[in-house]
Amino acid sequence: MAADKVDPIHQFHIVKLIPINIGGYDLSFTNSALFMVATVAVASAFLYLTTSSRSLIPTRLQSISEMAYEFVGNMLRDAAGTQGMKFFPFVFSLFMFVLVANLLGLFPYFFTVTSHIIVTFGLAALVIGTVVVYGFMKHGLGFLKLFVPHGVPVYLLPLVVLIEVISFVSRPVSLSVRLFANMLAGHITLKVFSGFVVSLSALGAVGVAGSVLPLAMAVALTALELLVAFLQAYVFAVLTCMYLNDALHPGH
Amino acid sequence: MFVTSAFAEEAAPAVEGGHTGTEGDTHSSTGVPAEAHGVFPPFDPATFPSQLLWLAITFGLFYLFLKKVVMPRVGGIIDVRNDRITQDLDHAARLKGEADAAVAAYEQELAEAKTRANAIGQQANDAAKAEAETARKKIEAALDQKLGEAEARISSIKANAMKEVGTIAEDTASAIVEALVGGKASKAEIAAAVKSVAR
Repeated sequence: MAADKVDPIHQFHIVKLIPINIGGYDLSFTNSALFMVATVAVASAFLYLTTSSRSLIPTRLQSISEMAYEFVGNMLRDAAGTQGMKFFPFVFSLFMFVLVANLLGLFPYFFTVTSHIIVTFGLAALVIGTVVVYGFMKHGLGFLKLFVPHGVPVYLLPLVVLIEVISFVSRPVSLSVRLFANMLAGHITLKVFSGFVVSLSALGAVGVAGSVLPLAMAVALTALELLVAFLQAYVFAVLTCMYLNDALHPGH
Repeated sequence: MFVTSAFAEEAAPAVEGGHTGTEGDTHSSTGVPAEAHGVFPPFDPATFPSQLLWLAITFGLFYLFLKKVVMPRVGGIIDVRNDRITQDLDHAARLKGEADAAVAAYEQELAEAKTRANAIGQQANDAAKAEAETARKKIEAALDQKLGEAEARISSIKANAMKEVGTIAEDTASAIVEALVGGKASKAEIAAAVKSVAR
């Protein structure tokens, strides 16, 4: 039974909490939805409560909120210039959502929202959708210059344009798969090593002694996953900034 | 949530163990759609509509909340702080300017005082020199006068002496002439002769 319990995939199961079915679509409130709500609630509450005193000299928690705000602000300004600051709320929400979802997923028994590709793909599609819609709204057909880099010989142009189109189309895929795969792989690894601890310690004294190694690995992996949680949120936000920069300045 | 989780935990191994046989039972007992156990959960399309809907709802609300409430507030805090820092820096710069001006004024006054002191010293020096000069001149004049007087006395004494010498010579000459010649030479002749010899 102990070995059976170590099912690294189990943590990704979607469980319906409140079944809702509208027009043949299953729109149930699931554990995934619950943790989306939790993510939003935790992030909003943290940002709201830590800044409620509006002190001139920030408390530690207030300075965390301010650091996150300025971190994302600087990131966006560096990548997309001051014009890009109109997307600041969008990028900041994305960063905070992904970051808090990743961090919440690190708690045992918690569901990791970002370990489901549809969620990360939804966010990536939102980013690319914003880029495409804003790009065409601002530049009209000039947005298509994005696919025609300057200074390329004419005979190479079809090839280059093809490559640029492929690279643009693969952006939402790479953006979503990167986050999803990182979270999924990290959590599976963590679960597998933790499972070793349980399985080995069931074997008696030798097993308990032997389980020290996977336990140490699990601890180290938890630290690594904490880093990955930050890093992937950062990478997601940085790439969003760069893609938004394309929407603002398509002419390279 | 925990109850459901534990419940699912019981159910999941059952699927792993008896994948084909107990499929129907498991599904009915957990209420998970038929596809949920067949495929890798993150790739199960049956969960997509629900996840997308709730993602849209939660992320949309989150975006609005951040845009309308949190970001103006955090931005405001940071702006206020930056303003305050700028203000304080300006204040400090003004105070520094004042201090610099005070130092400059002090140094200027010091320099003026030095110049004045030098001028006074120079004046005193000049006055003392002039006084010494006049005193020296007066003494020199007095000495010159005394010298002149002394010279005059010497010359008068000399003249008297010479006059007496002439008389003695004349007397001597007349006596010699008398003794030698035996005649009397006139007084005027002897005087002329003495004079010519005395030259």
